[in-house]
Amino acid sequence: MSDKKNWPLWEVFVRSKNGLEHRHCGSLHAADEDMALENARDVYTRRSEGVSIWVVESKNITASNPENNGEMFEPAHDKVYRHPTFYDLPDEVKHM
Amino acid sequence: MSEEQIKNLETQFEARIARDEKIEPKDWMPEKYRKTHIRQMSQHAHSEIVGMLPEGNWITRAPSLRRKVALLAKVQDEAGHGLYLYSACETLGVSREELYEQLHSGKAKYSSIFNYPTVTWADMGAVGWLVDGAAIINQVPLCNTSYGPYARAMVRVCKEESFHQRQGYEIMIKLANGTPEQKELAQDALNRWWWPSLMMLGPTDAESIHTEQSMKWKLKRKSNDDLRQQFIDQTVPQAELIGLTIPDADLKWNEERQSYDFGEINWDEFWQVVKGHGPCNKERMKARVGAWEEGEWVRDAAMAYAEKKRNRKEKLAI
Ligand SMILES: [Fe+2]
Ligand SMILES: [Fe+2]
Repeated sequence: MSDKKNWPLWEVFVRSKNGLEHRHCGSLHAADEDMALENARDVYTRRSEGVSIWVVESKNITASNPENNGEMFEPAHDKVYRHPTFYDLPDEVKHM
Repeated sequence: MSEEQIKNLETQFEARIARDEKIEPKDWMPEKYRKTHIRQMSQHAHSEIVGMLPEGNWITRAPSLRRKVALLAKVQDEAGHGLYLYSACETLGVSREELYEQLHSGKAKYSSIFNYPTVTWADMGAVGWLVDGAAIINQVPLCNTSYGPYARAMVRVCKEESFHQRQGYEIMIKLANGTPEQKELAQDALNRWWWPSLMMLGPTDAESIHTEQSMKWKLKRKSNDDLRQQFIDQTVPQAELIGLTIPDADLKWNEERQSYDFGEINWDEFWQVVKGHGPCNKERMKARVGAWEEGEWVRDAAMAYAEKKRNRKEKLAI
């Protein structure tokens, strides 16, 4: 079977209710974006789990590589001054 | 990578799992972990898909609209479970086509229970009550398994399973409280599904091969025998409550163990069905492969249509 004939893979993101962000909930195969949306509705929201769906073809996602997590995320580890607890204030100060 | 480096990575990997950290798709993992997960998750997905066949058999003949919509929704859920699990499996770098090929060629297994026939309406009751009941016992511990996509799929699956079991048990209640003929149907279905349901929880611990490694990776949290005992202890009172008899002359409450003792399981039968000699193995595969092959023109047409739409859009854009 040639690659061309297979339905591509799509990632599905569902917003469970207004006020909350879309959240990744899995993937599925579909011929195009319209079918991906319909399939996503049937596969991931059979019990009213969503009010909005995003689908994106999996090949269009760029992901960080966990092997590079060191240089990617460690620079943030020693920047304690980005957190409120880094600053010394007298106990009498209220509401801060 | 040198052998030493790999050893090192493996030690770190095992330690992460021991600390209850989850493993995600792009993380380094031992080849054996990847293979074992592809095997178990795809086997699980195949079981959900083939599992639709014995119940699909009764949708058009359900005795009322209420029963029909429930059974239809249940079978649709099983399709969903198969899809969650296939997509979780694909995160390990295996394609959907490869997975289907393994199922269709007989290289991959699915749960043996689906190789038994559903001959009366009461079987819809027994399957929901017992087969989904046993599946729940197998699946709940997997919500905490170490591979993230598998654990997340199992959380969704488990949420949906409890309706399956309840709709099955409700069918049994109705039949057990109906006419003598209806009660007889319910008892007959219990007689036929009881033992295969016990077998569904897997070979006895003495015969089970992968257990130790699977325990470490949290692919398994309790032994097959423990799960089976749990299933029996919770199901026997449910049968008694509706006046049905478990077809096991040796079944007896053991005061000391606070558990039921039960009779010998016919493991020859189990292995026969696993090896392909169950009552419906051929029929199930024929239906599954047939659906795939007869659907090919639909899949191709959908791709052709998608391409046509894309081309038209591109032309408009110029
Ligand atoms: Fe299921
Ligand atoms: Fe189910």
